[in-house]
Amino acid sequence: MALNPEFIGRTYPAGPSYVVGREKIREFARAIGDENPAYLDPTAAQALGYSDVIAPPTFAIVLSLEAANAALFDPELGLDYSRVVHGEQSFSYTRPIVAGDELIVTTVIENIRSMAGNDMITTKGTIATIAGEPVATATSMLVSRGADE
Amino acid sequence: MTTAIAFADVAVGTELPAASYPVNRLTLVKYAGASGDFNTIHWNERIAVEVGLPNVIAHGMLTMAEAVRVVTDWVGDPGAVIEYGVRFTRPVVVPNDDAGVSIAVTAKVTELLDGNQVKIAITAKFEDQTVLGRAQAIVQLA
Repeated sequence: MALNPEFIGRTYPAGPSYVVGREKIREFARAIGDENPAYLDPTAAQALGYSDVIAPPTFAIVLSLEAANAALFDPELGLDYSRVVHGEQSFSYTRPIVAGDELIVTTVIENIRSMAGNDMITTKGTIATIAGEPVATATSMLVSRGADE
Repeated sequence: MTTAIAFADVAVGTELPAASYPVNRLTLVKYAGASGDFNTIHWNERIAVEVGLPNVIAHGMLTMAEAVRVVTDWVGDPGAVIEYGVRFTRPVVVPNDDAGVSIAVTAKVTELLDGNQVKIAITAKFEDQTVLGRAQAIVQLA
């Protein structure tokens, strides 16, 4: 089923804020097999000039994907999540995410298109602190693979 | 910003130390839990096959996370990565065995930018074939 193109441009306001915890960063770093001291040890992170441990560059996906789910699981959009694979991902950082940050994500559906029987949807999550300080953006393109004929 | 590498020390073509990262079914379960991405194609072989995949595949985001490690380990300060983007061009198929697979990552500087920033192109391979397209990071050096 083709995705509903009327969803292009639709914006989803930020949900509840996300408080970044040291232990969550640690869990994520260990899951990606990367035990960089800047992710695990506040003293090491402080030596780099940060107030606390920082998150790996791809950690923002934890917030942005959760925020995008409001759009992706909207039944009117018509996305079959079991057929979804990740097509493209990019991040842009004003600064790294730091333990203790309280963040909110605003999501916009930037594009929906179809190619070769597959539907592609691009969402952009803008991540900022609750005080309004910009932190990062995360742009995801998901592909809903067409059913085999 | 306390990077181990100074802008003056790099040139177009500078190669970063290569690395290889293991991925097995346990890695995928851990990544699913830590990231909150419970898409069944990353842990349920039955559903992966039903939707036309050869087997369970790794989260693209896991491959993306491992690929940039070559950059963050090189630069010293992971917070120096100010942009990072990839295309997922080929799935990393992870068999149900204890050995799993390996992702081999290389990277090199492709452009010197204003403000002591550099652009780095990253290559990630699984079974000798690239799995990421247009994988690039922009890093702020001292």
